[in-house]
Amino acid sequence: MSDRADFADQAMGHMASLYTAALRMTRNPADAEDLVQETYLKAYRAFGTFKEGTNLKAWLYKILTNTFINSYRSRKRRPEQTELDDVEDLYLYRRLGGLEAVSLGRSAEEEVMEHFTEGDVKAAVEELPEQFRMAVLLADVEGFSYKEIAEILDIPIGTVMSRLHRGRRALQKALHEFAVQRGLTPPVAETTTT
Amino acid sequence: MDTRPPEPPPAQPATTAECREALERLYHFLDGELTDTRRGEIQRHLDDCSPCLEAFDFEAELKTVVARHCRDRVPDRLRMRVVMALAEASKEDLASE
Repeated sequence: MSDRADFADQAMGHMASLYTAALRMTRNPADAEDLVQETYLKAYRAFGTFKEGTNLKAWLYKILTNTFINSYRSRKRRPEQTELDDVEDLYLYRRLGGLEAVSLGRSAEEEVMEHFTEGDVKAAVEELPEQFRMAVLLADVEGFSYKEIAEILDIPIGTVMSRLHRGRRALQKALHEFAVQRGLTPPVAETTTT
Repeated sequence: MDTRPPEPPPAQPATTAECREALERLYHFLDGELTDTRRGEIQRHLDDCSPCLEAFDFEAELKTVVARHCRDRVPDRLRMRVVMALAEASKEDLASE
């Protein structure tokens, strides 16, 4: 049993991560702000059910994602996208020539990453279909464990793993497209046959 | 007659069974979701196999690049809104007691 009077002290520190997640989910600053405010209010009212000593950040994320799914997603009437091209593992690395050849010094593959801008990465994440986007955000941006993600999204852990896996591959495909557009890498990894 | 220059020895692609197994567990490894035993097995493979090590380094780096670039600053206005909304809610609490 947690006391509402302590809520602000404990919860306000998580606002930056909640806002970041809200922005990636709603893709719109006005909706993201409303979503965060609503999350805090709901969390405040439900704080009595929060078990002291358990993970407050995960608890807040669960409220955030539920609120998003129940109110914000339906508002947009966006058709639920579940289709993702099936691309291979380590898509980006392979396209940049990794695993194919002995690399020369500091890997050229890693240098390509330095050219990705904040805008590229955010766009690539936001392009992901929602269920994959959430899994990737929770794991890669927020560092939640598979078990925590399963609890936040209320899905089995196997589903977490498969969404994460497919989401990451799709993310890499989008990033590869940015690399190609920038001329950082040729459209298709060269397979040199002499 | 074949006049092409001899091909350079093939690079060492990461293709042994051990490599495949390591690559299959790459994300579980990076996500810290393996048991110590499994983790140790993969670590030992990476110590001996530079193509796999490079792939792991690349994916680890990409994870940090994604995390770093996905941060946003909370607008002051939002912080204010939340503080005020919570103050309002606690006033209602007191009134209803």
